[in-house]
Amino acid sequence: MSSAAVTTSSASPASNAGKSIVARLGAAFVGRLVIIIPYVWLLFFFLIPFVIVFKISLSQTAIAIPPYTPALDFSGGISGFLAQLKQLSLDNYTWLTQDALYFNAYVTSVIIAAISTVLTLLVGYPIAYGMARAPATIRPTLLMLVILPFWTSFLIRVYAWIGILKPEGLLNQLLLATGVIHQPLIILNTYTAIFIGIVYSYLPFMVLPLYSALEKMDYSLIEAAKDLGCPPTSAFWKITFPLSLPGVIAGCLLVFIPAVGEFVIPDLLGGSQTLMIGKTLWNEFFANRDWPVSSAVAVILLLLLIVPIMLFQRAQARAQEMDR
Amino acid sequence: MNATWSRFNITSIVLGFAFLYLPIVLLIVFSFNESKLVTVWGGFSTKWYVSLFHNQGLMDATWVTARVGLISATVATVLGTLAALTLTRYTRFKGRVLFSGMVFAPLVMPEVITGLSLLLLFVAVGLDRGFLTVTLAHITLTMCFVAVVVQSRLMTFDRSLEEAAMDLGATPVKTFFQITLPVIMPAIVSGWMLAFTLSLDDLVIASFTSGPGATTLPMKIYSQVRLGVTPEINAACTILIAVVAMGVIIASLANKRREVQRQLDEQVAQRG
Repeated sequence: MSSAAVTTSSASPASNAGKSIVARLGAAFVGRLVIIIPYVWLLFFFLIPFVIVFKISLSQTAIAIPPYTPALDFSGGISGFLAQLKQLSLDNYTWLTQDALYFNAYVTSVIIAAISTVLTLLVGYPIAYGMARAPATIRPTLLMLVILPFWTSFLIRVYAWIGILKPEGLLNQLLLATGVIHQPLIILNTYTAIFIGIVYSYLPFMVLPLYSALEKMDYSLIEAAKDLGCPPTSAFWKITFPLSLPGVIAGCLLVFIPAVGEFVIPDLLGGSQTLMIGKTLWNEFFANRDWPVSSAVAVILLLLLIVPIMLFQRAQARAQEMDR
Repeated sequence: MNATWSRFNITSIVLGFAFLYLPIVLLIVFSFNESKLVTVWGGFSTKWYVSLFHNQGLMDATWVTARVGLISATVATVLGTLAALTLTRYTRFKGRVLFSGMVFAPLVMPEVITGLSLLLLFVAVGLDRGFLTVTLAHITLTMCFVAVVVQSRLMTFDRSLEEAAMDLGATPVKTFFQITLPVIMPAIVSGWMLAFTLSLDDLVIASFTSGPGATTLPMKIYSQVRLGVTPEINAACTILIAVVAMGVIIASLANKRREVQRQLDEQVAQRG
């Protein structure tokens, strides 16, 4: 299948043999361009920047524009390059290990992201399951309704929760008026608010892969299990859940990875009392203007996420193979 | 199937959608609040919308955001479609693993990392931060989303249509423009829409890569939110939601009409 795909698209098929050689070479060149243009773009704007981040994380902070000493710069020729090589240091990384703030920020971020991912799964699974079992006629509408919030601004959706969670906000007004509580709950500027924010913002990312896994499932398997006397709960754990596992994995990675480095949610809902690494990096860059240290923070964060990112990629590639 | 759609299923869907939509609905409702206190209802008023249009800073930011969004979404759609073609059609070439990695990784990469790394690139090559750098950054981010959307359409594409066209003597380029492109057009349109809204929406990457004179709307909203929640921001957000919702509805209606037309054409072709 795949080799056939290559022949039909990268070169003219045999039936076109009558065409002039120029036309065929032209087509082959256009075929190459299809690969080369996006490839070069991503190399330049996605991969090379990481190399630069790594490079700057090894340089020193300086009061200059830009605020770091040059490192691995070829403008001074080979000798200048070698001199700079000696100046490279792991000082910024040592600094990260010395201040407990950074370590705590990394650990807290991973824990918060992990708990939020589990919460999102717990909230998202029943929704996706309900959607997958809905009458086929209304399924496209339900799908549209899940995707629609994704189109509205992330910032706006997080902002909307401030008005709800504030001490004098709508949630407290409702709970006080109905007599459930007598003191306003303090939710805004706590970790609880961050959990709510992440679950809310990332819910569509969880529901969509779960739905597409559950929708493909053959429900006669469940009926067969029931006929054979299997209680519904164990039918769920023995059949439904394992079959939806690709969706669970994709959904969890889609939530977990960006949540670890999340900035907007901890900043707007978490206040100054909460600690997350995305916020730390932001402050290091914008408030302290320490580019080398923020680069080092980014490098460690990337190393931390490299395994989940590769898992995500593998899952994507596998899904692609299955669709073929 | 109907019989198995239990009360539990319906309840979880209703609760889930209430959770997804209630905050947005409340935000819109309180943008029409007479009172300056966002969460206390003081009567219906459209005065915040009026004051919004007199807020020059906000209007400027809106204009910048719209231009960045239009340009970056259009370029990203071209690049993303090429990337999708590469992913689905060229299954064997050197560096394919790296390529697919570079397409999928930005989807989940924390924005602070992408933003910082792009900024350092722009500084390294000596590009002044401003309109151009934000646009380049947004192209890079959103082209990957376009690629995923278009790729999933290409997966289900019937290759025999292309083979037929080429058997009849069409060049690969002509085949692409006359056969492939029209069929994957709905996916390209929704890819463009997605790219546009992602660009409209982005705060973190824009904050890193933007410079003086190129403040985008999310940056403006963010700096105002930090000073306190006001009904004026609610009004700005409501307009943004309305614009995007209208775009999505128009695009899906257009898609549906095209789909119906295509099915009719197919029926006619089969009968003829």
